[in-house]
Amino acid sequence: MIEEKFKTQPFKVFGKAKELRQGFYQSYATAKDEGKLTTTGSIMSFRPVIAGLGDFVHLGGEPYGAVVGADPIMSQQFTEETESRGYARDMCGYMRNYLGSMFLNKYAFGGPFKKPSFVFHVHFCEHHGKWYQIVKETLGVPVKVIDFPVGPPDDGRQESREDYLYNQLQESIPWMEKVTGIKYDDEKLIKALKNYFMNESLWGEIILLNRNRPAPIDIKTLYAFQIPGTLFPHEQRCVDFQKELLDEMKYRVKEGIAAVPVERARLMHDNQPPWYFLDLFRYMEQHGAVVVISHYVLFLGGTVNEKPDGSFERQPTPMEMGMKMTNRDEALRALVKWSLRRHSWRVGISNLADEKKDLEVKLAKDWHIDGAVMHFNRGCEMIASNEKEVRLALMAAGYPVVTYEGNMADRREFDEGQTMRRITAFMESMNLKKIA
Amino acid sequence: MITAGVDIGSKTVKVVIVKDGKILSKVIMPGGRKKDEVADQAFNEALEKANVKREDVLKIVSTGAGKKKALYAKDDISEVGADAKGVLFYFPNVRTVIDVGAEEGRGVKCDATGKVLDFVINEKCGAGAGSFTEAMSRALEVKLEDMGQMSLTSHGAVPMNAQCAVFAESEVISLIHKKIPKEDIIKAVHDAIAARITSMIRTIGVEQDVCMVGGLSLNVGFVKSMKDALGVDLLIPEDPEFIGALGAALAAQG
Repeated sequence: MIEEKFKTQPFKVFGKAKELRQGFYQSYATAKDEGKLTTTGSIMSFRPVIAGLGDFVHLGGEPYGAVVGADPIMSQQFTEETESRGYARDMCGYMRNYLGSMFLNKYAFGGPFKKPSFVFHVHFCEHHGKWYQIVKETLGVPVKVIDFPVGPPDDGRQESREDYLYNQLQESIPWMEKVTGIKYDDEKLIKALKNYFMNESLWGEIILLNRNRPAPIDIKTLYAFQIPGTLFPHEQRCVDFQKELLDEMKYRVKEGIAAVPVERARLMHDNQPPWYFLDLFRYMEQHGAVVVISHYVLFLGGTVNEKPDGSFERQPTPMEMGMKMTNRDEALRALVKWSLRRHSWRVGISNLADEKKDLEVKLAKDWHIDGAVMHFNRGCEMIASNEKEVRLALMAAGYPVVTYEGNMADRREFDEGQTMRRITAFMESMNLKKIA
Repeated sequence: MITAGVDIGSKTVKVVIVKDGKILSKVIMPGGRKKDEVADQAFNEALEKANVKREDVLKIVSTGAGKKKALYAKDDISEVGADAKGVLFYFPNVRTVIDVGAEEGRGVKCDATGKVLDFVINEKCGAGAGSFTEAMSRALEVKLEDMGQMSLTSHGAVPMNAQCAVFAESEVISLIHKKIPKEDIIKAVHDAIAARITSMIRTIGVEQDVCMVGGLSLNVGFVKSMKDALGVDLLIPEDPEFIGALGAALAAQG
């Protein structure tokens, strides 16, 4: 039997994505010298709110930690510095990389680690709770923390969550004005938020297109294209990029252009990937197994809407849903509602096992997967929690699953040989031989 | 059809030659550092024992951690796949295979055709593998091959507190100084390994029949500890250390 081969071609937007990423990290290094504001904190920390102060560059701790993690030599240097100062080795991998960079005063892209104007952060896990306290103590920068109230939307407490979050965001604005001496501009806030909502909706739509066969994009490329949406989702250039990517994805679906020429099996990857070993995915592709979906790539920078039948669809923006954003109050209310309803994000950080199992099985069904590869990731306790239950749920739903152990941002905790043996055995159990 | 399977493990190299579903010969040799040379020697010895020429062997499949060292093998198969196929040769009703080798412990769920349905591997903790017993035999100054029978004569329960094989050695020495009988200590060591393996196997579920293979299945004391921990009877094939190589040879038959 002749195996079907799909046409493939590189993405036209690839060069642009690379340029945007490189440019961003360089811009953080030079921003202050150019009179721009620099901030740091989690990438989940309601960054569009900072935009009311004008142009700013936000060094997101997680992607920065991931970028360092992708370089095992640099990562080892930074994490060992953090650990030598008494911080435990089982702390968040991203955090140890970031703190080591700060302690050594070495920016991963050259030069010293630049002190930000302030920290704007959100507490969604205990490590994040400690992380920027250390930054404050070390660099002496002001810190604003938003406590993120997460829970099931139908438990009767959603309204009080919304009020709690809204009040904190409102209070953060005069605080920012005080620490920077800059007058806040609500029009800039509204514009940034509109871009932000559009980007999250666009990213969700891009990932939804990977339900098609053949899949137009593989996970490694998705990680590369995810970067603008994680680094500057409130900016127009991100909207422009996402629109271009979405158009190209639609074109690829229409023309049957695949991520890989041979698609024998579709897989789901769970948890953050080992950033220093993304070749793991290329290895599976050599067997015709392409990873088409990951909860992580969805919730970081995107959102989708769950339909009553358990499948997913594009999430309309607040603007499309008729929400007015003519002033600060309306804009912040829209942000609060959007943030608290972001399903995959809420489930990812709420850690209610039943919700997480339910979501993962639904993703598996809707993306028509044939099996799952789960990273039992020691680098992130939050996302790794309930992983065993998720594994059992996927298996009960009929999906074969393989697990491997590692750390998303610390190569010392990853054994390539052992991992590859497990993946090879899994490929074999799925009757997937290496493509000749 | 004559085929061969070669299993290059961490400590030993095993070769099995099979003709039309019947075993013609089996050879085992210490691996040493030059495993490709040992693999060659073991294969030649197996050919001689089977009275078969190299050119008569239609296909050779390798398995084990060092499977790439068998340069003459045309294909390779994972250890879990080889275990499933090899065990079913002896026990067609087996659905769970436990393989405890020198440095690794594995659990495999399979169906009646030998297809692997699920698997679990411990390759990170020496306290769940045969090397733990080797270390303890040195600490106790007892021959490794005597440990099994000795533990069957134990009448006292001695809980091992150390989680780690390295610290367990120090604990064993303390127990010796307290004049705890050696057979009781050996049983405690076997029980500790069995507890770890059982905990691992339960993540894939235990479905009968259950078979145990690998070097540690030759240790009668450890086998008893495993039966007690799992709460099921265990089937042990003849020459359990050859199961991987046999499975590879059967995989070569197609």
